[in-house]
Amino acid sequence: MPRVAFTPNLQRHVVCPPCEVQGDTVRRALNRVFERYPDVETYVLDDQGALRTHVVVFINGRQMTDRTSLSDAVGPDSEIYVMQALSGG
Amino acid sequence: MSGRLLVATRKGLFTVGEARGTWSVLDSAFLGDNVSMILPLPDGTVIAALDHGHFGVKLHRSRDSGTTWDIRPAPAFPPKPEDVEDLDPTRGTSIPWVVQRVWALERDHRTGTLWCGTIPGGLFRSFDEGDTWQLVESLWHEPKRKEWFGGGADLPGIHSVCLDPRRAERVVVGVSCGGVWVTEDDGRTWACRAHGMRANYMPPERAFDPHIQDPHRVVQCRAQPEVFWAAHHNGIFVSTDDVGSWTEVTTAKPSAFGFTVAVHPTDPDTAWFVPAMSDERRVPVDGRVVVSRTRDGGATFEVLDRGLPQSHAYDIAYRHALDIDASGSTLAFGTTTGSLWTSDDQGDSWIAVSTHLPPIYAVRFVDGE
Repeated sequence: MPRVAFTPNLQRHVVCPPCEVQGDTVRRALNRVFERYPDVETYVLDDQGALRTHVVVFINGRQMTDRTSLSDAVGPDSEIYVMQALSGG
Repeated sequence: MSGRLLVATRKGLFTVGEARGTWSVLDSAFLGDNVSMILPLPDGTVIAALDHGHFGVKLHRSRDSGTTWDIRPAPAFPPKPEDVEDLDPTRGTSIPWVVQRVWALERDHRTGTLWCGTIPGGLFRSFDEGDTWQLVESLWHEPKRKEWFGGGADLPGIHSVCLDPRRAERVVVGVSCGGVWVTEDDGRTWACRAHGMRANYMPPERAFDPHIQDPHRVVQCRAQPEVFWAAHHNGIFVSTDDVGSWTEVTTAKPSAFGFTVAVHPTDPDTAWFVPAMSDERRVPVDGRVVVSRTRDGGATFEVLDRGLPQSHAYDIAYRHALDIDASGSTLAFGTTTGSLWTSDDQGDSWIAVSTHLPPIYAVRFVDGE
């Protein structure tokens, strides 16, 4: 199963430990995380369900490209990192 | 004399208390986090709006005067239909239907309804003390809303929500930049009421266009609610006819430029401002921090400087950083350089509570209605 981990900057605000979840896209994997930890969703996604402007997601070290639909594919061994972009200060 | 004051800053929320005539910082919350707005209520409930930058806008609610906090859902825009075009008129870029800052929080103490103004220019209501929020769609979908543009921020926003003490159905909101809007029917319909306001930042033929005015802050006199004061981008304006019209006040000293205004709760002719030089140079005139006060509806002004720094001081007070308590005797204001002053004699003299807080966005007395 893909493994999802969050930046410590986010863990300061909301409980979001690393977890393994089902899912073949970033969206589906994150949705599983949000089922376990509902408060996390609005920290990562904006009102329209897109990735927040100053949040970035890496899949096996490669930056995710579809910031609107989060349709980038992930595999069973993928490591998904949710980070804060330095553009946000 | 009031006993408590909440101070929302770039780096946390601070509780300031008064004991035997001395005000001091008592406590902090959300240290390190950006607190854009605060709403203290008489029953000990406090609502704090945080802007985490990377992680968005959040609302926290305390039921015990700020001792403990729970995160509550923040106002959020509904899904934007794909066929809707919503462009910023200044830049031609898309207005994001994403709350970027909570810029106003008020509660109607008759109905319990919470009102929230945001950047971009959304107005939201909560009928359940902040557990859920609904966008006031009538204003959001008002065609003239699409003429609003940013003032002080990239995107337009609602910073002032005046809840009419006579009728809960009447609400006045101030928009930077988009004028002053009023509903008489509990938000079903809206009308722009900024006639008389003047905008130097527009071509002359549009200077008096109500829809492009930039009232930095709009306040309403509680006892005589037909009187409103506005600190506007181009000066001071007063309305004595329920925002039917506005009159420019040109007598203010040392300057009419500023962001904030407070009106006395029972005397509509008495109002306070924290002036700066001008739009082009946003520092105190001559490096002297002063408060200006009118007691005659704007005919004349006094310059109040006792207790305030009078040499090389560059404090600026933002829109929500000046407040007056319910009695009308105690005032407080905070500044971008982290200074906080209080006055227990209607501004005649000021005492520094601190000069090294984080940049201050909002100060509010905890005294209720």
